[in-house]
Amino acid sequence: MERVIDIRQFERGRSLWQDAYTRLRRNKFALIGLVFLLCMIVLAVFADIISPYSYETQDLYLGATPPSTKHWLGTDTLGRDLFTRILYGGRVSLMVGFLATAVALIIGVTWGTVSGYMGGRIDNAMMRIVDILYALPFTIFIILLMVVFGQNIYLLFLAIGAVEWLTMARIIRGQVISIRNQDYIDAAISMGLSRFRIIFRHVLPNVLGPIIVYTTLTIPNVILLESFLSFLGLGIQPPQSSWGVLISSGVETIEEYPWLLIYPACVLSITLFSLNFLGDGLRDALDPRIAKD
Amino acid sequence: MLRYILFRCLQAVPVLLIVISFTFILVRAAPGGPFDSEKVVPPQILEILNERYHLDDPLHTQLSDYILNLIKGDLGPSFRFPGRSVNELILNGLPYTLELGLYAILFALFTGVLAGLLAASRPNSIQDYIPMSLAMTGICLPAFVLGPILLLIFSIWLEWFPVSGWGQFSNDKILPTITLGSAYSAYIARLTRGGMLEILSQDFIRTARAKGLSEATIVLKHGIKGGLIPVISFLGPAMAGLLSGSFVVESIFQIPGLGRFYIQAAFNRDYTMIMGTTIFFAFLIIFFNLLSDIVAAWLNPRIRYGSSN
Repeated sequence: MERVIDIRQFERGRSLWQDAYTRLRRNKFALIGLVFLLCMIVLAVFADIISPYSYETQDLYLGATPPSTKHWLGTDTLGRDLFTRILYGGRVSLMVGFLATAVALIIGVTWGTVSGYMGGRIDNAMMRIVDILYALPFTIFIILLMVVFGQNIYLLFLAIGAVEWLTMARIIRGQVISIRNQDYIDAAISMGLSRFRIIFRHVLPNVLGPIIVYTTLTIPNVILLESFLSFLGLGIQPPQSSWGVLISSGVETIEEYPWLLIYPACVLSITLFSLNFLGDGLRDALDPRIAKD
Repeated sequence: MLRYILFRCLQAVPVLLIVISFTFILVRAAPGGPFDSEKVVPPQILEILNERYHLDDPLHTQLSDYILNLIKGDLGPSFRFPGRSVNELILNGLPYTLELGLYAILFALFTGVLAGLLAASRPNSIQDYIPMSLAMTGICLPAFVLGPILLLIFSIWLEWFPVSGWGQFSNDKILPTITLGSAYSAYIARLTRGGMLEILSQDFIRTARAKGLSEATIVLKHGIKGGLIPVISFLGPAMAGLLSGSFVVESIFQIPGLGRFYIQAAFNRDYTMIMGTTIFFAFLIIFFNLLSDIVAAWLNPRIRYGSSN
């Protein structure tokens, strides 16, 4: 028998992404986190198909009932199906998480890249601004914003995004500086490439790893902030549902109907766990040099 | 060192000015006046009120008046509680919040540093995994989830602790302290572990080991000074988090502190009260940031020479 050796397998090196994928696959916690998140996203997106109930239809005769076959997680004091409300709440909480993180990502990456790539005085000025903003008590400002301009969900995205971009900008700047000092960037400059092209073709693809990692780790912070505000009654307003709203109304009836608190609290915590595990796993996979703190 | 302190104090001044102006403009830009209520206020009374609170002066005069009063330490009158000043209202709630915050940070420091030291002295063993998984749990259980759950288990089901209050029973301060402190304990444990691992791998520790010092002396005498710098730097920002955490904890456990009061003022649209408290909080946070930076610089000469020039 003649053994055929496929020569191509020696020619092609393993890319950074393949490496990272292998490392991530070995991390059980990160994978469980990923699977849970995907399930949660699917459930939240298709909430109206999955659940036969509406999140705001009240059934006052029914009132609060413990979990049953008809209402899997029971109903709240107004007779609304808790499972449905958790799904719709997930829709809001995850949407806030992703959109506000996207806002933070866009501002942070732009700011950090420009600052790190330009260097010198521009860098100095831009980082001073970040330093000053860092010292501001932002949570309190967000509360103030929500009080003054009313509980507007788009304002919530902007306000949270405006807080979270600072860390992103600092991390990206550090990465960009270390790449900017590499020889191949000098080579690209000497070949007469435009700044724009160098940044998009040679710098940004190489900081993609840290960007992905810190994006994943920012999402749980944002979800936490939204739930915190909603818990205080300053974020999402009932009858709209969000995990913070559900937990806060669960606390009110904690003695009589504890499940109204327990289920939303569990869902929120498991989601936060998943995102943190996934973020840590991605960090270990994409950036083996950075040690766990 | 003195130069560094001076430099950092000067840096805080523009930050404070930004906070004050920003808060002022934001509150003034708010739709609806401070005297809006269900009852229709006759225009004459509104005029008198506006004049009394100087609301019809031009905006920049109002701002500069406000700042001048601030320098004197006067935060102005409350709009919702006639005859009482914002200072008075803040002073009412402050002792509760300070006490709660102090206990929480002490709890966090004690448990966090202990867990971190345990984990760092035997990395990648069971002695490392257990405290670190607990820390992960602490980070993923925010105060507004942990508090109600502790309340449910220990106060309602087991009836070990009272459901609410502060200082009325001998043991009613325990649950709020744990609720507020646990997330910080988790962060501190992680930072301690990271910082200690870095220090313990350095040459001077190897020298200490070679001299035959005991492990306890090495960790507690030589390692801890450098290893805890990240924790010290974290304490400043942690203050900001503790303050916003106290809003939640005070409302769960019904503690009449400043945080609960702030949220009430927010719902009442008591603008001078919101403004005064915001500025007061900002001042506290900036002060603690400054303090933790200075202590960190004192412990680590590299920081103070790195950034003062």
